[in-house]
Order: sequence, then structure tokens, then C-alpha cells
Amino acid sequence: MKPVLEIQNISKKFRIHHENQPYLSLRDSLVSVFKKSKSSSEDFYALNDVSFNVNAGESIGIIGKNGAGKSTLLKILSKITPPSSGKIISRGRIASLLEVGTGFHAELSGRENIFLNGSILGMKRAEIQKNFDAIIDFAGVEKFLDTPLKHYSSGMQLRLAFAVAAFLENEILIIDEVLAVGDAEFQKKCMGKMEDVSKNEGRTVLFVSHNMKAVQQLCKRIVWIHGGKVVADGLSRDISDNYLKTTSVNTSYGEIKALIDNLPSDSDFKLENICIKQNQQEGSQLLNGESFQIEIHYKVLKQCLGLRVYFDLCDNDENILIRSFNDENLEEIPVVMPRHYVATATIPSNLLAAVSYEIRIHAGIYNVKMCTPELGIRIPIDITSSNKINIAYSGDTIRSKISPFINWNNKLLTT
Amino acid sequence: MEYEIKPKEKFSLGLRELWQYKELFYFFTWRDVKVKYKQTTLGFAWVILQPFFMMVIFSLFFGKGLNIPSENIPYPLFVFSGLILWNVFSVGVTVAGNGMISNANIIKKIYFPRLIIPISSVLVSLFDFLMAFLIFIGMLIYYQFHINFINFLIYVPLGIIVTSVSTFGMGTLLAALNIKYRDFRYVIPFLVQALLFITPVIYPISILTNEWVKYIVALNPMYSAITLFRHGIIDVPVDMNLILISLLSSILCFIIGLYYFRKTENYFADLA
Repeated sequence: MKPVLEIQNISKKFRIHHENQPYLSLRDSLVSVFKKSKSSSEDFYALNDVSFNVNAGESIGIIGKNGAGKSTLLKILSKITPPSSGKIISRGRIASLLEVGTGFHAELSGRENIFLNGSILGMKRAEIQKNFDAIIDFAGVEKFLDTPLKHYSSGMQLRLAFAVAAFLENEILIIDEVLAVGDAEFQKKCMGKMEDVSKNEGRTVLFVSHNMKAVQQLCKRIVWIHGGKVVADGLSRDISDNYLKTTSVNTSYGEIKALIDNLPSDSDFKLENICIKQNQQEGSQLLNGESFQIEIHYKVLKQCLGLRVYFDLCDNDENILIRSFNDENLEEIPVVMPRHYVATATIPSNLLAAVSYEIRIHAGIYNVKMCTPELGIRIPIDITSSNKINIAYSGDTIRSKISPFINWNNKLLTT
Repeated sequence: MEYEIKPKEKFSLGLRELWQYKELFYFFTWRDVKVKYKQTTLGFAWVILQPFFMMVIFSLFFGKGLNIPSENIPYPLFVFSGLILWNVFSVGVTVAGNGMISNANIIKKIYFPRLIIPISSVLVSLFDFLMAFLIFIGMLIYYQFHINFINFLIYVPLGIIVTSVSTFGMGTLLAALNIKYRDFRYVIPFLVQALLFITPVIYPISILTNEWVKYIVALNPMYSAITLFRHGIIDVPVDMNLILISLLSSILCFIIGLYYFRKTENYFADLA
């Protein structure tokens, strides 16, 4: 059988003007007819010769850093923007969900928006009618069907939007990080629906996300795009490990100092050292019965508003268990003076389980930028048990991600 | 079903695709009609009140005050017949001309034939026209005005068609220009206002004595639309030369608008 999508040598070129002009103005165009404009421009390839095939019923994850060209690829696939060269042969109707709730109108009621959004997504009125009950059931908004959308909570709007999209009957679905929003329960529901679509209904799904867990759950195959090119295409297990390794700086404890010295320089911030200490001893082998400290030594180069360092404590499935900021106890965003600083976080005793974790150190200026690599400086730590929890059952390993000391009161009831 | 996505090669009108998306016309038009007067107390009445009050003001100042002639029919009838068509044009062109920008969020996220947006804007203004037209019929009855039914049935629809064609042409052209050159956001209201002066809405073309001025007025596509429409009601001879010039200008507007729009629409999402 022929592949349902053949992507052949797709490139997309943009011209970058080095003058700062967000929009063309008529004057500039008129002037440039008469004289050669002095502004230099250069070509930028958002996608450069991208080719791969998609077979019917396959679900493919498309991963890559911000700016790698994922969204451009999706836009070309959904015909929103044409490629500069190359072509795509499609053997099915493509529906693209680059956003949930495209075309929702706040003044219209839920019912009206279902029809409007559905038809913008390319559903026929009869199709919407047929699935109408299922849509409102999935979204759980039957009581508010005739209320204007502006009175919906953002969660409700999102549920409604996803519900409409979930009932698209197209053979090929293109989904762009729509799951990045909503509460955990709803995300789970969405993931369930998407798995259903790809696994049980046999439709083709192209899924773009930063969330490796979601990609792995949904997709057997991953296409990794970097700098507008496909750098890897294969089984998701193999590629996701590689991907995670390169998108962050991962190191063992002994190499921290060398690694920090090689970080790309930042105009506002310089990381100088990171120490993990328990009982004045440095190291990454820690006991959970005692507290330990994370020390972040850094230098601020310019006076900044809201420069903060923080750490994430992650389990080995990439879940962030704890995120804590050095200035989180303050009531106002502080002005940070150019000095040397040491920020020390103390992780209390009797909190962590006897498993491996990863500490990720970040620094950033609130609402402005990050001063460290995307996933932070990643330092693996190993915890050994010393907190005497469950010691009577030595063969029984604790399966929880954390293991705080819980006060149990066991009473024997007579009679 | 197999199709290709590739760089655009040759020009086509894409009529078949438009037909595939025919339901979207309905939904866009319906959305705009529905939303237009939401959260207004008078709601739908505004469709009628707006041209009605304009007519009253024009009748007071130009009809009564300045004694502008009106081809031997009551001035309110004269001005209203022009005004309701002019509103189709001015509102249609303004909304269509800004349509790509006001719908940018949709354009950037979903594909559909972009022509649906300006066409829907014209349909919305035609819908408003239908409402106002009912008032116009009411006025004809109020003034016990006798019309030639055959003329009425020929020229009134003709006037409406020319108006739609001109509105569509001008609207699509401005929409496509506007998304590329945002200057047109400021040009559109100015252009619409300026065109009103050279459109025989508040005055009959017979008061123009200078031949040159007449020809300039005739370049305006709305000249023929309004003159033909009025010809269905008032049996006054029309200057066929001027009508033809204006019709030509209307068709030219349509062709240029459609052509330029189709030619550039692929890149709207990049520019929006």
C-alpha cells in the first residue's frame, strides 16, 4: 500500500530583513521601486529539504526544540502556508489542530460555537449534527449549551474545543501541543481519546509536542527535526533518549565545575558552582534520613529585576516533583544587585524515597529570559535509605516517588 | 482521494474548492450577522435604524435645508434609495478590507479558501440591505409612490448585483493589500468617505453641470449601481455612456480584486 503522506524535499524559505520592520509599509515599497534599498536581507530556511513518508494508521511524533521548524512543517501540511519547494502527496483528508478552539467567538453560545468551530475545522454540518451529543457529553457542558462562551471558564472552553476536534473524521490528524493546557484530569482524557483515535480507529496522527512522555505514549515512531532538517527518524524509544540527552546538559557530580565553566556566557548572569552537601560532605550519594543542601554559587553581572535561581527535583520519568525558587519567600519581586551570591536550599530529611532523582538547576529573569540551558544543569543524585521506614519488611521495596515521614497512630480497639 | 501540496504554479479561481467549502460561507455570514448586534439593547433594530436616521438627517439638511433637487420624487425616498445601496458598499468594503486582519487568528491556524472571508462580509452587508429594503418598500407605500413594475423588477436587482460585484472587487483588493501594507487600514475609511462625495447618493447627477466632473463621477463603480437601482423606481432617462463607464469600472474592480487576492492569498498566513 502506498504511504498516506509522502513528504518530498520540502523547504520553506523566509527572507529576513535586517532593518527592523515588522510590517511592510507602502512607502518603503514605493521607495524601493525607485532606488535600491539599502537594507540587507538574507534567506532563512525554516525547513530545508525535509522528506519522510507516513503510512496509514501510523502515529508519528514530531519533536525538536523551539524554532526547529516543527510548526512550519505542520503549517505546510495543513496548507496554511505553501512550501518554497518540494511537494507533499496526501492520500487522505488532513485535519489540523494547531490550536484548540480556532474561531471560537465569545459572544456566541456553546451550541453555536460547536457548529462554527466544527465547520471551520472542515466538518460538514451533518457530521457535527451526528456527533453533537457525543461532543457535549465529552466536554461536559450540557448545562451551559445556550450560554455565551464568554461566561465559560477557560477550562470549559478548552474542553469544548477539544471535544469538537476529537470528533473530526478525517483520515489524517495533525495535532500541535494542544495538550499543553488544561488540568491533569482533562489531559488524561485527551490522551485517552487520542490513543483511541490512533490505535483503535486506525487513523494517521502526526503529533508535535515537547512532552516526551506524551509522545512516547502515543507514537511508535519519532521524526526529530533540528535546524530545519530531519536529524533522526525511527522508533520513539531510541530517539527520545538521544533527544533528551542533547536538549539538556547532563552530568555526573564530579564534572559539574568543568561543565559550568563551559556554559555559553550570558550578559546578566554567571553560574560559578553548584554543590550538594550532606553533613558538610559534598557528593551525590545521599541518605534520606538526613537533610541535605543544594548550594548555587553565582555572580550577577548587571542589576536585574527578578533574577532568580531555582531547582527542579525530577524523578527518572522526567516528572518534576518539586520546583523551588531562591526568592520564593519574598513578597515582592526583588531588584538583584551585581554581586556574588550563594543560594542554599535545604531539602528536609525524611522526604525522598530510596531511588534516583535528578536535580536541575536553572536561573532566569522572570518574564524575560532563561540564563541556563533549556532543561537546566542536570545533576543525578542517588538516595539510600536510612530513615527506618518499612524496615520490618526489608524485602518490600517502596514504590512511591517520595517517602516523607508520616505520623501513624495505630490504636488497638478492645471490645 | 489524492492531492498534492506544493508551491503555487499557475493561477486559478479555485471555484471547485470554494464549492467544497460552501457551508463555511453560511457559518461565517451567520456568525457576523449574529454577533453584530449582540449585547445591544435595540439589537436587530439597528440594522434599520442606522440608515433610517441617516435618511432623516440628510432629508433635513440637504432636502429641506439646501433644497437639493431629487429627480421629482420626495427627497427622503431619493436619498434612502441611494443610501441603502451605499451602505452595502461602504460597510462591505470596510469589513472585507479589514477581514484578513480581524480573522488573522483563524487564517494562521486553519486552511480554507480565503475568499470566503470577503465574500461573507459582502453577504452580511447584503443581509443588512434586505432589512433596510423592507423599510424602503414601506416608504414607497407611505408616499403612495407609483412604480413601473417591469422596470422595478429589472433595474432594482441589476443595481444590487452591480453593488455586490463592486463591493466584492474593492473589498478583496483592499483585503489583500491591507494584509501586506498596513497603511490601508488608514486608507480604507478615507477612501470610503471620499467616494461618497463622488457618488450620487445625496444629490442627483443632473445637478452637475461640468462634463468633466460627470465623467469623474462615472468612474466610480457605485454610480451605475445607484443610478440603475433608482431607474427601477423613477422613470428618468439615464446617460448610457456614463453608465457603461461605471459598469466597466465595476467589472475592472472585480477582476483586479479577485486576481490580486488569489495571487497573494497563499502568503496571507505568513503576513498576518
